[in-house]
Amino acid sequence: MAASTQPPLLEVKNLRIEFPTRRGTLVAVDDVSFDIAEGEVLGVVGESGAGKSLTGASIIGLLEPPGRIAGGEVYLAGRRIDNLPYEKMRQVRGREIGMVFQDPLTSLNPLYSVGSQLVETIRTHTDMSESAAQQRAIDLLGEVGIPSPKIRINQYPHQFSGGMRQRVVIALALCVNPKLIIADEPTTALDVSIQAQIIDLLKRLCRDHGAAVMLITHDMGVIAETANRVAVMYAGRLAEIGPVGQVIKNAKHPYTHGLMGSIPKLAHATERLVQIEGTMPRLTEIPNGCAFNPRCPKVFARCMVERPDLTPVDSSQISCWLYDKTMERTGSHG
Amino acid sequence: MLAFIVQRLFQAIVVMFVVALISFTMFQFVGDPVNNMVGQEATTEQRDALRERLGLNDTIPVQFAHYVMNAVQGEFGLSYRMGKPVQELIAERMPATMELVAVSALMALLIGVPMGVYTGLHRNSWLSRGFLTISLVGISLPTFVIGILMILAFGVWLGWLPTFGRGGVVDLGVWKTSLMTAQGWSHIIMPATTLALFQLTLIMRLVRAEMLEVLRTDYIKFARARGLRDRAINYGHALKNTLVPVITIMGLQIGSLLAFSIITETVFAWPGMGLLFLQGIQFVDIPVMSSYLVLMALFFVIINLTVDLLYYAVDPRLRSEHVGAGH
Ligand SMILES: Nc1ncnc2c1ncn2[C@@H]1O[C@H](COP(=O)(O)OP(=O)(O)OP(=O)(O)O)[C@@H](O)[C@H]1O
Ligand code: SF4
Ligand SMILES: [Mg+2]
Repeated sequence: MAASTQPPLLEVKNLRIEFPTRRGTLVAVDDVSFDIAEGEVLGVVGESGAGKSLTGASIIGLLEPPGRIAGGEVYLAGRRIDNLPYEKMRQVRGREIGMVFQDPLTSLNPLYSVGSQLVETIRTHTDMSESAAQQRAIDLLGEVGIPSPKIRINQYPHQFSGGMRQRVVIALALCVNPKLIIADEPTTALDVSIQAQIIDLLKRLCRDHGAAVMLITHDMGVIAETANRVAVMYAGRLAEIGPVGQVIKNAKHPYTHGLMGSIPKLAHATERLVQIEGTMPRLTEIPNGCAFNPRCPKVFARCMVERPDLTPVDSSQISCWLYDKTMERTGSHG
Repeated sequence: MLAFIVQRLFQAIVVMFVVALISFTMFQFVGDPVNNMVGQEATTEQRDALRERLGLNDTIPVQFAHYVMNAVQGEFGLSYRMGKPVQELIAERMPATMELVAVSALMALLIGVPMGVYTGLHRNSWLSRGFLTISLVGISLPTFVIGILMILAFGVWLGWLPTFGRGGVVDLGVWKTSLMTAQGWSHIIMPATTLALFQLTLIMRLVRAEMLEVLRTDYIKFARARGLRDRAINYGHALKNTLVPVITIMGLQIGSLLAFSIITETVFAWPGMGLLFLQGIQFVDIPVMSSYLVLMALFFVIINLTVDLLYYAVDPRLRSEHVGAGH
């Protein structure tokens, strides 16, 4: 992690995301706090519906109504960005925070050439001339590993394969050197054979451009190889966050433990992480106390009534009563 | 590109040939025209002479060959009713219909597309809701009712606009236009609006639905995530993607404008081809009917060809089918 005197690149504090519905308010993300340091890769894992994408979208200010940030703050390099006016936030997007989506086949506008989409983005955020932007676009395409970029730049998205399109998407996300990239399952839609290449590329490029990455994924293998730290989400909350070695080899939270137990070998750990008994509760049915209690093998009485908060344990932070040092346990059958 | 055009032209020719065959057979099935054309007291010699002159004594394939050859040169024979060459009748009437349809189509497009964009972008504004409510009227009222209501309002009560016929016509030699004088416009504005209203609401609703659809796509989300300006996203990225379906529908709708123009021409006594065709039906004037049929088919074929070429211009995916996606 970076020197601790300056503020972290990204600081999310007590983020809460709500969806007002006819039958009351759904809390999809609750009390989520984490930092990302400059140049750091934070992996974000958790079952489908845990709130990973919503967290990412709210950082870049693209939460779709009726979803809204109902509480908390987001700081980018010390500057609060969650309450910026639309135009100010638009300038943050692309220029300070870039985003890579899941499906490269649908991320690019089919009617514009790859080059014109790059040039448009570059010129929106800089006062580069058309020809300078064009040159930069060609350089970027070369950098993301697209052969003969001078020719390819005038081609349209349908003339590129899925993997090549994701390279273009990465070039687009990085084209004005943002300090943070949010990559929401950037390889899930790709052929297994090229997933590793794309992750390597993302990792290398972000390092070269000095960008930190919030990498949302289901692939623990990717996390193990790429991330510096890992955040584990469950039912809209953080279950555990800590250095990758800690979390993967020495998982403390029973949910993380279950997740890691579900990967037989990291080498071919491409299957989804849903092998823990039971399913994550729907937002309308989150139980009292710890949200994981119906599925937790170590559940005890306190878990049924009180909700645990993130507390530091070694170099990680865990939200689980098992690691609460201030109070006596009231009982256990773990 | 060339292969594409050649292929489409070939298809067009096949279509036209089939239509010619159908319109030719009309002559075979609808009685002997000679009886309708000559009086009761005509002699057998007179009848035979006329039959010979009309080419009715040849074998059917020969007659068809003649028909096609004449049609290609724009000749469709004599009108049974008026005894004049059909092509002359059509040449007189065609500009009126063409101008009516063109003005309607432009109105529908130039008003319908911006309204659709507006209602798509500002889904919940009062103006959008107003547009949508009014558009329901446009969709559900039959053309002739709208025409009659407009005549009543602007012609009879307010007395602002003439209620029938074409006026202020300027003769340009081959084409008589009413679009060059204010009086001409005062005549065309009501029938054109009547005719355009349905298409206008259709286009507005189509553009609106397409905009809503496109604004939900990943590439629009990604465009936002790259911090592009709203103007660029809405009008550059989103609107352009709604164009393909709009072109398709517009192509089809110009066809139906031609079809509905018959009704509008009747309501406003507009001296166009529709009126000619209706009179042709009343008198079983086969040459008029068959030439109308061929002409309409020709228009449809031309419109379809134009639509295909426009697709080509808008959508790069069609332009480079054969380039293929290299890994
Ligand atoms: N428009 C909405 N209305 C109500 N609830 C919503 C809406 N959008 C998302 N949610 C809820 O928010 C929760 C979190 O969704 P999110 O997309 O962040 O999950 P995720 O962790 O990214 O899952 P996945 O791995 O499937 O991408 C889900 O339970 C979902 O049901
Ligand atoms: S708080 Fe209790 S139920 Fe929740 S994870 Fe810890 S032990 Fe399990
Ligand atoms: Mg997601």
